[in-house]
Amino acid sequence: MIRKLMDVALRYKIATACVIILFLFMMMSIFAPWLAPNDPISVDLAHRLQPPSWQYPLGTDQLGRCTWSRLLYGARTSLGVASLIFVSSLGIGILVGIIAGYKGGWLDAVLMRFCESVMAFPNLVLVLGIVGVFGQGMLQLVIALMMVQWVYYARMIRNMVVSLKERTFIAAAKISGSSSWTIMRRHILPNILPAIIVIGTLEMGWAIMDISALSFLGLGIQPPTPEWGAMILEGKAFIRNQPQLMIFPGLLIFLVVMSFHVLGEILSEKLGIKRGL
Amino acid sequence: MRGMEQKSPVLQVENLQVSVHTAHGEQTLVRSLHFELYAGRVLGLVGESGCGKTVTSLAILQMLDKKMTTIQGSICIQGKELNGIKPKEMRRIRGKEIALIMQNPMNAFCPISTIGSQFIETIRTHMPVNKIVAKELAITAMKELHLPQPQALLRQYPFELSGGMLQRVMIALTMVLKPSIIIADEPTTALDVRNQRQVLHELDRCRQEYGAAILLISHDLGVIAELADEVAVMQHGVIVEQGDVYDLFDDPKHPYTSSLLAARPLLSMPMPIDNNRT
Repeated sequence: MIRKLMDVALRYKIATACVIILFLFMMMSIFAPWLAPNDPISVDLAHRLQPPSWQYPLGTDQLGRCTWSRLLYGARTSLGVASLIFVSSLGIGILVGIIAGYKGGWLDAVLMRFCESVMAFPNLVLVLGIVGVFGQGMLQLVIALMMVQWVYYARMIRNMVVSLKERTFIAAAKISGSSSWTIMRRHILPNILPAIIVIGTLEMGWAIMDISALSFLGLGIQPPTPEWGAMILEGKAFIRNQPQLMIFPGLLIFLVVMSFHVLGEILSEKLGIKRGL
Repeated sequence: MRGMEQKSPVLQVENLQVSVHTAHGEQTLVRSLHFELYAGRVLGLVGESGCGKTVTSLAILQMLDKKMTTIQGSICIQGKELNGIKPKEMRRIRGKEIALIMQNPMNAFCPISTIGSQFIETIRTHMPVNKIVAKELAITAMKELHLPQPQALLRQYPFELSGGMLQRVMIALTMVLKPSIIIADEPTTALDVRNQRQVLHELDRCRQEYGAAILLISHDLGVIAELADEVAVMQHGVIVEQGDVYDLFDDPKHPYTSSLLAARPLLSMPMPIDNNRT
């Protein structure tokens, strides 16, 4: 099944292009310290709002920081925080989803009603509420987004597990004496994994959007940490004279989010995976 | 040794009654079932579909949903009562003491892991051995059932094998733990005639070489005649007739048994097929 994912990703040119773009961004964030010509945080007011030059490939911002270096480090922040949210919310989602789906009964009902009540609120409202309580910052942002994201994973995984657990091979495993834990770990989880990867691809795009949006509103990543959404916010004041301060980070957000979404859509369409809530 | 075993039954089912809770109240699926399984002997359970054969086997394995059904009566394996046993203890018995061979081998294997890893999982559930030993046990079991190239088979996925081959692998998988009781629930229904013969032959080896007691569930009287020593005929959840396979086939006492025997498909038609319809 994993091989099938790779197959689809490589067979369709657009999907391959998305994979390459995402791979480049991954490289960018991993090797940011080696690729960046300047320190992304050090302020140099003598060289503020410079046009592109050899020393500053994309110019400098209002505090004289190298835009290109800040974009590279921004990729690190965006992708890193998004992955952190993805992994933690997926972890909780898998745990709750599999247990609810497999055990059924009142436990399933209680967990799913809880998920539905979280879903009933618009995500942003919940996140704003959580950030309002815990304050602003990277950790708070991760916790807030994780707390609203996991319910979607839990609900989707639970639905997949419910249909899966009636299959004969699960009964066969039970009859051969396997414990519930073994069945969940060795039969149910690997069977839903491809669907999780596909849905995860789509969700990664959303996570990056959310991070950037919240940072743009000043509620997420705080300056001076470079982050694309925060960079747009800072560049906003100079939109007339120095539009590149907003254009470049915006372009990168657009590229990454689009690549995740297009790749996710192609995979889910070609593999017949639906995002049934 | 075997003579002694034959005297006391390995599995004793007494007055078994299974009922299911529905919106219209209790509905009894099987009632007052009595039968015994002896080591090295095969009991055939015949009857039309829906008469309670599979329910009986699931009741023995305690696989029915406890919230939906009630099981009354006694199911005893080697003196141990299974009805009302703790789930954890039952798990130790499933696979180790009682094994089930399923009707459709194509669905009984997990589609995404290799045959080998499923062997190893089953073995390691019941035996404290490492993966290498478990693999050797699997290969030995497959060799004993004359499966070709066991090493290569272990690396294959279920969808790469034919139904007949998978059913033989399934038998090897149940035999690897040498259970004293095998419940074969329509083991040949999904297979063509040649594979049926092979599978029956291998079940026969299981009871002759390991002295396993087999409960053979089928609606195919040909299969029953081939393998069973004793037959129980079931209708609407009740055993209507039980006896030695030859006696029962030659001289059926109950009208339902006679009608089952008369309904066998024959290669030579004594009369036009339309007249057979009732």
